[in-house]
Amino acid sequence: MQSTAEQIEQDLLRPLFHSSWKYWVAVALAASLLLAGVAAFGYQLYQGIGVWGLNSPVFWAFDITNFVFWIGISHAGTLISAILRLTNATWRRPVTRCAEAITVFSVLIGAIIPLCHLGRPWLAFWMIPYPSERHIWPNFRSPLAWDFFAISTYLTGSTTFLFLPTIPDFAAVRDAATGFRKKVYRILALGWQGTPRQWMRLETAMHIMAVVIVPVAVSVHTIVSWDFAMTLVPMWHSSIFGPYFVAGAIFSGIAALILAMALLRKFLHLEEYLRPIHFENLGKLLLTMSLLWFYFTFAERLTAWYGNSPPEMAVFWESIRKQFAPLFWTMVVCNFIIPVPLLAIKRLRTITGTAIASATVVVGMWLERFLIVVPALEHKFLPYSWGTYRPTWVEDTLMASSFGMMALLYLLFSKFVPMISIWEMKVGLQTHRGVPVVAPADGHVALEGPQ
Amino acid sequence: MNALYGLYPDAEGAQRAVDALRAASSELKFNAQQIVIVSGEPHEGYDFTDSQATSAPYRWAVLGAAVGGTTGYLLTTISQKSYPIHTGGMSITPAWTNGIIIYEMIMLGAILTTLVVLLIGARLPNFKPVITDPEVGKGKILVGVVDPPESSQPELERRLRLAGASQVKQSAGTL
Repeated sequence: MQSTAEQIEQDLLRPLFHSSWKYWVAVALAASLLLAGVAAFGYQLYQGIGVWGLNSPVFWAFDITNFVFWIGISHAGTLISAILRLTNATWRRPVTRCAEAITVFSVLIGAIIPLCHLGRPWLAFWMIPYPSERHIWPNFRSPLAWDFFAISTYLTGSTTFLFLPTIPDFAAVRDAATGFRKKVYRILALGWQGTPRQWMRLETAMHIMAVVIVPVAVSVHTIVSWDFAMTLVPMWHSSIFGPYFVAGAIFSGIAALILAMALLRKFLHLEEYLRPIHFENLGKLLLTMSLLWFYFTFAERLTAWYGNSPPEMAVFWESIRKQFAPLFWTMVVCNFIIPVPLLAIKRLRTITGTAIASATVVVGMWLERFLIVVPALEHKFLPYSWGTYRPTWVEDTLMASSFGMMALLYLLFSKFVPMISIWEMKVGLQTHRGVPVVAPADGHVALEGPQ
Repeated sequence: MNALYGLYPDAEGAQRAVDALRAASSELKFNAQQIVIVSGEPHEGYDFTDSQATSAPYRWAVLGAAVGGTTGYLLTTISQKSYPIHTGGMSITPAWTNGIIIYEMIMLGAILTTLVVLLIGARLPNFKPVITDPEVGKGKILVGVVDPPESSQPELERRLRLAGASQVKQSAGTL
């Protein structure tokens, strides 16, 4: 169907002005999960961090798993969006904002988790680099200090990357809204008018941001991997961890993006915009990342197995044959066995097929993070220090609430901001001196060019 | 503020109108800065947009990166030298690890500078009344003159129509 600028604006602004009861049910469910987490966190503050299952030697477990998982999910948006912008992939237009929003919210959730882990989160400001009255400075040699800088930069960059292209859309909402809503969007739109000067400056800024954000995104997950790789723990002290984590992050990020797009498509009725071609293209990317993930996992395990170092082999067998074997093989099934056929066979690479594959990948990648953290900490170099870990209900609740928080933020965002960039969709309609700017595959000026 | 403007269905029409207004500016007693163009999306490949292109934001981003990197260098080295910790004979200011902080600060400097340069360059925020029209959201391009002389308005309207305006309107600007 050939859309007009007016129709695009109507379709994409509709979710902001009209919501079905299903939307509010989803908001209530997500808010309930979040509230359960708040209650569990309150209990933890009152009782102390001993209510978690952490012990000696397992000082990190669910919390750090969730931290790495959410920072990984954040690679969905900004990185993918920036690469698609830089390569001028025209099919990106309906995808970018869905992706960029995932990044901002998941980084935010990822950044909250270490604060919970502090036990005394009200002292978090001690980590900020300034000279305190006791002459305490952060240790710049510590990967945790690197995390602070990397995540702060990534959050700032991702928020900017999300906010800049929404300014013209805030102006579109401002022009369509009335009453109090109009006042709010007038502030958010910053007085955007749409002059050639403003458009040119915006496009230049987006280009610079896309160039800058790609290396930042890569550095963030590399630095997260160094939280592990810089310590002398069996199976952690490895140079492969940087690229392994980055690949895993992009893998889980794409999966989260496909899932979010499938849900938005269904519940916001965006079928005309989020088309099968978008799922097909992202499905191919997910397939590539699944193969890459398998390669990294194999390379990491092979090196450990071939070296046959007793401390490493203890962790190796623990995860493959013993206590963690069910989780390990579930991870392999979720990250490789299920998604590869679903994504490799064209007939199965449908919206449903890619969504199923993505759901299994999200589960599989959470398990992967858990299996990196816990088996290694349970089996350090000296057997006398070995221990076991069982998560408590507080940790389970906090984990579930992180998903609730993500869902709630995403749902509320979709109520306040058009989930597909209106002005970028209109660019897809343009003709230049009678010739479509977007080369159409079917002879019509399409919403996006599936080339 | 008052403006007389035409609404054009495509960028070709808008370009014709801009050219006509520029040609008629001295005759109709207004200057080129009074010409206003508003659209709902960017249009590349036309003189009225490409004339706004500038490489200044790139240079500012590089400068911001340099400032960020310098800040990162000073933050790490000054604090490490002011409050040295026992390093077992290793460097007090290790380049490998400080390089990570400096790298992140370089990127942060570039990001923040890009944001500030955009806001200044695009003259945002601006909460004064601006010339716009509901038709812009429907894909039309607004081209007109802000505060045109009273005497030249009929001729201005004629020229806007001649360039292909689907409508010619007058507005006092909206918030």
